[in-house]
Amino acid sequence: MTDVPIPAPSDALPKPKRDLVPVLLPLILALLMLPLVGSFSSWVTLTVASLAMGMMIFIMASGLTLVFGLMDVLNFGHGAFIAVGAYVATLVLLPLAGMSQADSLLVNLAVLAPAALAAMAVSGALGLVVERVLILPVYGQHLKQILMTTGGLIVAEQALYALWGPQIIPLPLPTALRGSFIIGDIAIAKYRLLVLLVGIAVFVAIQLVLNRTKIGLLIRAGVENREMVEALGYHIKRLFLGVFMVGSALAGFGGIMWALYREQVHASMGNDLTVLIFIVVIIGGLGSVGGCFIGALLVAMVANYGGFLVPKLALVSNILLMVAILMWRPRGLYAVTSR
Amino acid sequence: MMLLSGDPPRSRVLALILIAIIAMLAITPFVFPGAKPLNVAAKICIFAALVASYDLLLGYTGTVSFAHTMFYGIGSYAMAIALYTMGPNWGAVATGIVIGLPLAALLALGIGLFSLRVEAIFFAMITLAVASAFLVLASQLSWLTGGEDGRSFSLPELLRPGTVFIQDLFGVRINGRILTYYIILVGCAAMILGLLRVVNSPFGRVLQAVRENRFRAEALGYRTVFHLTYANVLAALVAACAGILNAMWLRYAGPDTSLSFSIMLDILLMVVIGGMGTIYGAIIGATIFILAQNYLQALMGAASTAAADAGLPLLPGLLHPDRWLLWLGLLFVASVYFFPTGVVGRLRGAPKPAD
Repeated sequence: MTDVPIPAPSDALPKPKRDLVPVLLPLILALLMLPLVGSFSSWVTLTVASLAMGMMIFIMASGLTLVFGLMDVLNFGHGAFIAVGAYVATLVLLPLAGMSQADSLLVNLAVLAPAALAAMAVSGALGLVVERVLILPVYGQHLKQILMTTGGLIVAEQALYALWGPQIIPLPLPTALRGSFIIGDIAIAKYRLLVLLVGIAVFVAIQLVLNRTKIGLLIRAGVENREMVEALGYHIKRLFLGVFMVGSALAGFGGIMWALYREQVHASMGNDLTVLIFIVVIIGGLGSVGGCFIGALLVAMVANYGGFLVPKLALVSNILLMVAILMWRPRGLYAVTSR
Repeated sequence: MMLLSGDPPRSRVLALILIAIIAMLAITPFVFPGAKPLNVAAKICIFAALVASYDLLLGYTGTVSFAHTMFYGIGSYAMAIALYTMGPNWGAVATGIVIGLPLAALLALGIGLFSLRVEAIFFAMITLAVASAFLVLASQLSWLTGGEDGRSFSLPELLRPGTVFIQDLFGVRINGRILTYYIILVGCAAMILGLLRVVNSPFGRVLQAVRENRFRAEALGYRTVFHLTYANVLAALVAACAGILNAMWLRYAGPDTSLSFSIMLDILLMVVIGGMGTIYGAIIGATIFILAQNYLQALMGAASTAAADAGLPLLPGLLHPDRWLLWLGLLFVASVYFFPTGVVGRLRGAPKPAD
């Protein structure tokens, strides 16, 4: 213990050691799969598909993990925002089917953008209501949070059924986003490429906000120690509300992307995705955005490669992945330190 | 008092309600003719036991598990698969029990040891994931479980409706179906009394101590993981027993009747409505919920058609019988918020923190 270097007073604080092993996991997994899949072209297709799926799952899960890290609230109703976002998008996309079926990319995007904005606005507003009505009375009580938000999920799903009916609503992709780019013998679906770009943009934006702005500083400080942030005179409750709304809006955004990916909307989609998102959040380490990103990629990769190689196993591959990761790191890839 | 493990209802109204419910369940075959009341009564018995076992987890240890229907489903499927493959004989019934119960206990042990070390919120998420994987497995392994269709089977001779014991007792023909009903009634009553015994034992007190303050319980020298795992296994065993009885009553086991997520929500609702941390609450919660489920839907249908006839917008959709979960969800949120102690807590008048 004697040879620990004592930093001179003038030195800056020692940077925390970066833990890069989890970052390498998706890369290693992808490379390992190359010989197993066999053909290079299907490997590229599968990899792009997993990356795109991972981005969507990340967008949906990021809000949940932030909300947990900051507010210590696990929202079991997070799936409801996803479904609401998708349903709101149908309100914009279906009446304007002419525009989304037009043959020009610009016109297509001109109808997608307001649909996405509407989805985010409505799910964000719903987030405001849910935070005020369901979560505010039960801060700090885990059991009641789980019960309340589960109740909220039931109500939201049933309300969607009552408003839109129980049938599956088809939501076709805009024309310019159909089909694939063919490079040699490699086919890459256009929509997946778009999703990939959007996902990276969202990830970079979240990282920038968290690491480069004052709000991000407060959020990260709040995750570490909320009493201290409060003692410094900041309204952490208002910050919570903001983060919750952004998280809900992101879930709604993910909902429209997922609906277009599957080309259908159904009220139970939120419920189905909830399990997947929870697995991602657990794998990443509750409250860690970076871990959530890697977790989403891993889950999507296991689902895609697994579905290709061993279709039967793919159904439970998520669980196996979660068990394996938790055996290795019982608190997820990046454990948030304060808890 | 001995029978109730020294934990009487402690409220005159509650005692009267409980006696009324139990008396009604006991005489149902004689006073309410027809198949439906008997079905409802059997369902109340089975769910009362199932909910009581869930209460051991939720109310007494404060852990939210979403995998409880998994154990219920294991019991159901074990009985169904045994009777389906081996034919309707008692050997198959014994096989179902001998395979189902240890399987449920082992799985509960695994989940418990693996994840009870973590905090409540983590445990809830992990059990949700495990339960959904189990549901997928049950509907995919169709060579074993019959897939989405489930498994129908026949019961041993003695328990069939065709077997008549007494031609006419107070105007009712006593047949194998009624015998099955009484087996279920007695079995569930025994399980509930057993759970009452467990929660009022020193072991039950430790569970409550763990719920109130885990660190303090640990500091006092209790191995909390051991106690939580033990409680988890016990609850799983009772749930599997309830599943076995359920399969025997329905003569069928399938994903919708024994595994689905909506049953899990029903159980949660019943615990919360009845009152967490009071085994008696399970009886009340199950009775209220199942009566509502069976008789309220007809009422909602009538209201929905009336609203549609009156030309009101939106209301017919909201009142449609299939939307009854919407109202139950609202009731659920409201009861967590306004009546955290449930019906039993209200009647006993002693507010007890639920979290």
